[in-house]
Amino acid sequence: MDPSGDGQADVVDGSGVPLHRALGLTDAERDEVEGILGRSPNHLELALFAVMWSEHCSYKSSRIHLRRLPTEGPHVLVGPGENAGVIDAGDGIAVAIRIESHNHPSAIEPYQGAATGVGGILRDIFTMGARPIAVMDPLFFGDPTEAKQQWLIEGVVAGISGYGNSVGVPTIGGELTFNPCYSQNPLVNVLCMGVLPTERLVLGQASGPGNLAVLLGSSTGRDGIGGVSVLASAGFGGGDEAEEAAKRPSVQVGDPYEEKRLIEACLELLDAKLVVGIQDLGGAGLVCATSETAARGGVGMDVDVSAVPRREPGMVDYEVMTSESQERMLAIVTPEDLERVQEVCAKWEVRAAVVGKVTEAPADGPGRLRILDGFDGPVLGDVPAVALSEDAPLYRRPLARPADQDARLADDPGALPAPTDCGHDVLAMLADPTWVYRQYDHQLFLNTVEGPGGDSAVLRLAAPGLPASERGLALTTDSNPTWCSLDPRAGTAATVAEAALNLACSGATPKAVVNCCNFGNPEHPEVMWQLSEAIDGMAEACLALGIPVIGGNVSLYNESFGQDIDPTPVIGALGLIDHLAARPPGVTLVDGGTLVLLDASVGHAGAHRTPPSLAGSRWAVQLRHHRNGTLPPLDLAGHGRLVDFVAGLVAEGVAGGRAIVQGIHDVSGGGLGVALAELAVRSGVGVRVSGVADHHELFTEAPSRVIVCTTDSHSLLSRATDAGVGFRVLGSAGGDRIVIDDLVDVAVAEATAVWRGRLPDLLDDLAPVTN
Amino acid sequence: MAPRVGVVLFPGTNCEYDALHAVERLGGTAELLWHGATSASGYDALILPGGFAHGDYLRPGAIARFSPVMDAVAAFASEGGPVVGICNGFQVLTEAGLLPGALQKNRGLRFVCATTTLRVERDDTALTAGVPVGTELAIPINHFEGNYTCDAATLAELRDEGRIVLRYVDNPNGSVDDIAGVCNAGRNVVGLMPHPERASDPLLGSEDGIVLLQALLRTAATPAPVG
Repeated sequence: MDPSGDGQADVVDGSGVPLHRALGLTDAERDEVEGILGRSPNHLELALFAVMWSEHCSYKSSRIHLRRLPTEGPHVLVGPGENAGVIDAGDGIAVAIRIESHNHPSAIEPYQGAATGVGGILRDIFTMGARPIAVMDPLFFGDPTEAKQQWLIEGVVAGISGYGNSVGVPTIGGELTFNPCYSQNPLVNVLCMGVLPTERLVLGQASGPGNLAVLLGSSTGRDGIGGVSVLASAGFGGGDEAEEAAKRPSVQVGDPYEEKRLIEACLELLDAKLVVGIQDLGGAGLVCATSETAARGGVGMDVDVSAVPRREPGMVDYEVMTSESQERMLAIVTPEDLERVQEVCAKWEVRAAVVGKVTEAPADGPGRLRILDGFDGPVLGDVPAVALSEDAPLYRRPLARPADQDARLADDPGALPAPTDCGHDVLAMLADPTWVYRQYDHQLFLNTVEGPGGDSAVLRLAAPGLPASERGLALTTDSNPTWCSLDPRAGTAATVAEAALNLACSGATPKAVVNCCNFGNPEHPEVMWQLSEAIDGMAEACLALGIPVIGGNVSLYNESFGQDIDPTPVIGALGLIDHLAARPPGVTLVDGGTLVLLDASVGHAGAHRTPPSLAGSRWAVQLRHHRNGTLPPLDLAGHGRLVDFVAGLVAEGVAGGRAIVQGIHDVSGGGLGVALAELAVRSGVGVRVSGVADHHELFTEAPSRVIVCTTDSHSLLSRATDAGVGFRVLGSAGGDRIVIDDLVDVAVAEATAVWRGRLPDLLDDLAPVTN
Repeated sequence: MAPRVGVVLFPGTNCEYDALHAVERLGGTAELLWHGATSASGYDALILPGGFAHGDYLRPGAIARFSPVMDAVAAFASEGGPVVGICNGFQVLTEAGLLPGALQKNRGLRFVCATTTLRVERDDTALTAGVPVGTELAIPINHFEGNYTCDAATLAELRDEGRIVLRYVDNPNGSVDDIAGVCNAGRNVVGLMPHPERASDPLLGSEDGIVLLQALLRTAATPAPVG
């Protein structure tokens, strides 16, 4: 190997594989690089292109579809394409939000994979000048009764807990989904939200030739080399331990203490206006940070690779440039401010090294990214900065509707035999997520009004350095892979709809969504069809509900043994509460309250068939292993009316006014039966419900439905009538049993024990008890 | 005049603004005191807040005890000044020898963030002055290493001298004798694992922590007893 590169681009390694292929580039991509440079790339240059043109960094398979998403709104300050999306929350405050996946690292090394996922997303947020104030983690595993899945769950949750708690950002929610399709390829997504005074908003760009690029934070080691290309942009052979072990060095190792000091140092630098641009180092490390900041600023950059502080001796240039060592940031500063920057960093014990200089773009072309051995030393690599990011290949991969799609839609679960005991089936679907989130600090910063476990989390809009505000934020993540596997378009639209309704249940108006699209191998036409359909469904729902998409992440190659995961678009949704003066009602009941089902489809003839569809329901899929059928319909216009009505109704009580709503819960996984049982076990109050005809009505997951517990049903019903929102009185809250017609009759105490015990019974025997 | 509270900030501390905010909400004034400071003069009370001082490297508090500010904290305490360590602050105070015992990993070996019920056992310490013994308070814990332990002689001494300040009603972490908080012989240095500042606003679900923080502010407003 020739670390300095000498034009031997097609070097063949010992295995006989040409170098560019070993690095993850196709033959055509390698030729494209040669066309851009007008000569053969050397090893270093090939390595730069390989990581930057990886699927993970370039979105080369998905970009063409992502363009169809609505991204604009009057309150959107920064849309997709930056480190994070940002909206104007009013009162001089902006909110930044982003979601990412860390799936493959977590599959191989669950603790560090999940931990560094948290670290990476935090840097995306404080790069924008925002203080991270909340994290959410949607997690997807295989069958939790299997030992390997338990090892993954333990490790991932411990990694999030270990990193997130220590770095000092509360984890306020997420999701926990079990499905055998994730056995070999778990999904670990992480969403982060931050807040900033609007005027502190900064973008990751370099400007001003002569300015300095200062590398802040950790030294650079060999961890995570090729993380984006080797690990994130290829599938797993599947359960082969030797193969997994070989990829383990591509997983980064996190240090939350370094990150905590880095956050404080960067926010202090931004407050003192000492940086002109700042960019985190994540996937593809230094090459990504330097080329993207230069490309965005329309300038070039000289990088002195010898000036990068290293963790170990003997590292070659491409390793330094592509290492994904964690807890690093690149700040662009003027030479005059360098000394003050170094002082702030010294106070926080953060390393600061000048590794680059901003250069003028030549008159006849784009700015160059030059890698040098000493600023006055030999040039090791020289490429147009913009070519690495903006000239990445764009693929219109073939799409194909799965051949069995029609057969699956026709195979309806409605014909399954009715349960002999619906109560038993309700219990089988109850699981309290407390086991997960009690390992997360979800209260730091004294903002958490509604923590994990409810329909959406609610935070005060407050942080050190922010202007005072009476507003609140609501946040949720949602997904429905079972629905998306049956119909990715309808399933994704329904996921957006559910997210919006979850926000409304806390009295919040939906303002923005971000998405994390977890899919299989894009070289499978069926997977590309799923992705394309999902994006169309997301676009339809977001347009109908008036919610812009302000950021996203695409994770492909989630496959093992050639088997793709179910399409899993995860929606993160952010809502605003204008006046947060009282706690939202939450998922609870009050003794004597009336139970009303608000249902957008009631009174809209034809919206529902009789009996309602059980397709894609937990009852059919989890309990009867029937994965097919035609999904219940979603009427987006009616759903929008329901969201507005619920948000307005709950907001009145949250603002300190008279509360009509004493408890609230949307109907989703497990249908009406599980929603009622969850209300009961969370409040310790029973229910008596009538008018539910059969197990179809009990377990259908037809969308656009909310259960409200009210002590003023007269006002609620007349308001719903005025708003054109359908409703049905279900019964009342009280007693110590869950009674639904002659279908269900279970003691609240029994349901509570089952609900609480589910996860601990599976997972708590793993940890030894010390005393 | 409002009592002036210094909130000690180590690199890695993360509850400093929460403590500051809670004190100011109750009418005190509060400022951050950097771990490199060599004096704590001018303050009426000190709080060592929660977090992960110096990353909790080695073990919680093991490095923080060597920060320059700890000499100032010790001097302040020796003159009778009220000092309260919350969570990581409690761990630091035990490592620094200002409080007895140690905090080991929770029974069950997991981090726990949850609301616990505490019982006030003494009404004569910097943090509980005037709070009726037997008062029950709903206050969150948030720790991995909160399992209080000490040798039998120390435990006997703590009991005999009435230095067990707070007990858990339903022990969440395996602490010996259900101990949630202890004090020094002078009763002016108190450490507790629960976070009273997290229970100081009805919007957040509990305001039971106010009772303790108000007691601290009252203590801070009273001149230290001579001798």
